[in-house]
Amino acid sequence: MKKNKEITCIVCPIGCKIIVKTDGNSVQLIVGNKCKKGFEYARNEALDPRRMLTSSILVLNGEWPLVSVKSSKPVPKQKIFKVLDEIKKKKVKAPVKFGQKIIENVANTNIDIIATKQIPKI
Amino acid sequence: MEIRGLKKMIDLKADVSIIGAGPAGLAAALSAKENGAKNIIVIDRNSWIGGILPQCIHDGFGIEETGSSMTGPEYAHMYIKNAKNQNITFMKETMVLDIINKKIIAVNTKGLLKIKSKSIVFAMGCREKTRWNILVPGDRPSGIYTAGVAQAFINLYNIMPGKNVIIVGSGDVGLIIARRLKFEGANVLGVVEILPYASGLPRNVVQCLDDYDIPLFLNHTIIEIKGKQRLESVTIAQVDKKGDIIIGSERKILCDTLLLSLGLIPENELANSLGIRLDSFTGGPVVNQKFETNYPGIFSCGNSLQVYDTVDVLTIDAKKAGKNASLYAMGENNKDSGEISVKPGAGVRYVIPQKITEPGKIHFTLRVIKPSGKINLKIVTKKSVLYKKKLLWTNPANMVEFDFEISDFLIKNKKDIEVFLDEKK
Repeated sequence: MKKNKEITCIVCPIGCKIIVKTDGNSVQLIVGNKCKKGFEYARNEALDPRRMLTSSILVLNGEWPLVSVKSSKPVPKQKIFKVLDEIKKKKVKAPVKFGQKIIENVANTNIDIIATKQIPKI
Repeated sequence: MEIRGLKKMIDLKADVSIIGAGPAGLAAALSAKENGAKNIIVIDRNSWIGGILPQCIHDGFGIEETGSSMTGPEYAHMYIKNAKNQNITFMKETMVLDIINKKIIAVNTKGLLKIKSKSIVFAMGCREKTRWNILVPGDRPSGIYTAGVAQAFINLYNIMPGKNVIIVGSGDVGLIIARRLKFEGANVLGVVEILPYASGLPRNVVQCLDDYDIPLFLNHTIIEIKGKQRLESVTIAQVDKKGDIIIGSERKILCDTLLLSLGLIPENELANSLGIRLDSFTGGPVVNQKFETNYPGIFSCGNSLQVYDTVDVLTIDAKKAGKNASLYAMGENNKDSGEISVKPGAGVRYVIPQKITEPGKIHFTLRVIKPSGKINLKIVTKKSVLYKKKLLWTNPANMVEFDFEISDFLIKNKKDIEVFLDEKK
């Protein structure tokens, strides 16, 4: 099934409106981009859109009740809420180190969830 | 001065004192150190270093500066680590009360402090506009917060502000908080923007709203707030080109939470009380190319100078302020060779620096009034064009930066310059 997808490019602030013709497995046509990076972005966005995911995880006995976290790699868009569900269930004991791996292979994505802050123990 | 309960006045000395330990204060402190100042004190009223960064848990920080995208806390971590290695003194939970002849009067749990400083850098950041800035009529129930406060609740204190949320104003903080609320299971009913375009960056419109099918109501405003104890509903309506409400377009939305993302105002009460000249468009002090205010030895940077789009550009300017404060403290600053004004002309809201006191290459930042396609940025003095740059597009959300060499001739002959946008070549 071929269809046209309109994508707003987010590589730079110009925000080109790019039209991608795709069947879901490959891309037939990309128009509207002003640069190469936009071409790459539109291709990925049409075939396998991903996003860096940031959230927070509950901390036990910490100076703060939460530690901010990020995904080690961009997460496939359709898995974002599955990953968030696992993040919500998780609790971690203080102290939490900067860069500490808090969840490994989250929601079977081969992606880890990493602390972006350090939280000392009370 | 004697205050009951306070045992003593603590006398301190500093080469450079910096007020505010957010990204601007940190960058200014590191740069002051690199440029020779030895004794640097950074004062902040919060209990932590890093300012707003710890609550900005999303990524996108440091892309221009380091080439990789960091989250707010990671960006703060990088600077705090460097500052601690450099022996910079931090005074947390310390409130500056006054400045008298460059002596900072501050208070903390140890007592009243007097910090005699050779130079001072203001890096106090900014505040959010509130309901009273747009005068929305209606009740005064609970459930109304500024977007930044809601962000602190969710990201620092583990408190959800509500379940069914309407956001007014499409600034970046509002867009980012919309996604964050969605992640935490809230129902985000929409973002209401009075202008025909979003005021936040396009990448945030795509990644925060479009990705999660959160509606953006452009050309809309909020006309009523209802609720006895807790917020119960808001009424929104469409506006015409003049900004007047279109009768019949009113729509009542049931919600328990209203977040306001109306823009930011530089915090300058202290500067104002010292008689430092402020720019009515930026809300920050009028500065020269050294980021020095009209009070000799007092410098301004960060969001208390102007509200920046990204921390990367903010840091570049804050480092210059820190460097110049350091040179001033050591008596190595160049003598001013004159002074000319830089004025915003057609299509330009403001330009920084507003004053230039010596010749050389100057990095300017400006904000345009409205979005446009291809347009020429020009610098003129009287009627002669000194500089021309073609811009492919402009947007008030995106600061414009450019470099221009100010000649000895301009300064000596007191030739004020004007920066404006021109559709003609």
